[in-house]
Amino acid sequence: MNNNHIHHGSEQAYDLFLLFPFLAAIIIYLLAASITSCRYRKWPLSRTIFWILGILCTALVFVGPIANRAHSDFTVHMLGHLFLGMLAPLLIVLAAPMTLVLRALNVKQARLLTRALKSRPLRILSDPIMTSLLNVGGVWILYTTNLYAIMHDYFLLYFVIHVHVFFAGYLFTISIIYIDPAPHRSSYLYRAITLIMALAAHGMLSKYIYANPPAGVPAAQAEIGGMLMYYGGDLIDLFLIFLLCLQWYRESRPRDISQGTENA
Amino acid sequence: MASEMNHNQDFSARFDYLSRNLWSGILFGLGLVAFFDEAVFHQLLHWHHFYDKSTTEIGLVSDGLFHAFSWFATIGGLFLVADLNRRNAFWFKRWWGGMMLGGGIFQLYDGTIQHKIMRIHQIRYVENVLIYDLVWNIVAALMVLTAMSLIFRTGRESKRGNGKIANEQ
Repeated sequence: MNNNHIHHGSEQAYDLFLLFPFLAAIIIYLLAASITSCRYRKWPLSRTIFWILGILCTALVFVGPIANRAHSDFTVHMLGHLFLGMLAPLLIVLAAPMTLVLRALNVKQARLLTRALKSRPLRILSDPIMTSLLNVGGVWILYTTNLYAIMHDYFLLYFVIHVHVFFAGYLFTISIIYIDPAPHRSSYLYRAITLIMALAAHGMLSKYIYANPPAGVPAAQAEIGGMLMYYGGDLIDLFLIFLLCLQWYRESRPRDISQGTENA
Repeated sequence: MASEMNHNQDFSARFDYLSRNLWSGILFGLGLVAFFDEAVFHQLLHWHHFYDKSTTEIGLVSDGLFHAFSWFATIGGLFLVADLNRRNAFWFKRWWGGMMLGGGIFQLYDGTIQHKIMRIHQIRYVENVLIYDLVWNIVAALMVLTAMSLIFRTGRESKRGNGKIANEQ
């Protein structure tokens, strides 16, 4: 079941190989930020920092000590899950990668991309309820079925599930908080209610794991893992809720009455 | 400019935002009591836990929903206060009434329905839990009564205040 001894011989070369896409993501972002800063307004340093931190959080789950121990220790696995599914997506959303891409492309390419983003499939895919199902629904399936145990026997499955966890987290975050251009917007109330439902489902799953360990996980590890998921999730949700409320607060500022703009 | 100068003392718009004052208080009160319950009784005193053995599936669902809602309500409620403040519309007495109402109703719901009818968990696992139940629910009822009095009083004051403004004009 525990297959991480397979790569022991060539572990370092293997790790370097795995690290490559993450390094590339950081370098490409830095290049795009500096090149477009000559043509347009300077790209904010804070976004660059968010990107680097976000990519590092993701890399931690695929390469290095946390990644290796996650195979055998459920608590460490859950720490990785928090990084990959919640913290990294939040940091990467704050880095506004789509805005940077649109800045880096020429006008014709940017228009094509915008048209693709406005398309109907992406409307469905970026609806908060849809992204919640993909995100929280996905982890419910992972931890309440045999999938968690099976995942450790097949490298490809392990890889696909981890990629899914990240992208589902990213889609969920951009469907709640609009930092990049969001062509399909929904109301604050709709996003607030969906966010509460998603948080509730996440909290319920963490308590469920606490009492019903996934197949092959010792009870002690499941208890710590479940609590880590519960409180860690709350901590990151705190930022999500704060950002959503902050955006509402900014958008609903009272405007001059003489302009006759009504806002609620 | 003028609004910035007398930002601290002038809450002239408060009669126009009665319900927002009330709701931001209710939301914050719910969040506060839920937080207090979790931090003090679950984590510091260990009187009861978020997952007691008696917990049913319904208990899990209701707790999860409530926790997510109260987490959101605490933060959202404070943003509503900030919003009232920039509109010169914050009314502490009304808001406090809302807070007591939100906190009191939750505590009463927790103490009667969750503890006694659904039997999800008890306040404490001791022989004479009745004393704890009485204190818990009487405090809750007092909070609701105080809230009612504050809410009715501010309601009357706002009617009188609005009348005064209308007479002056």
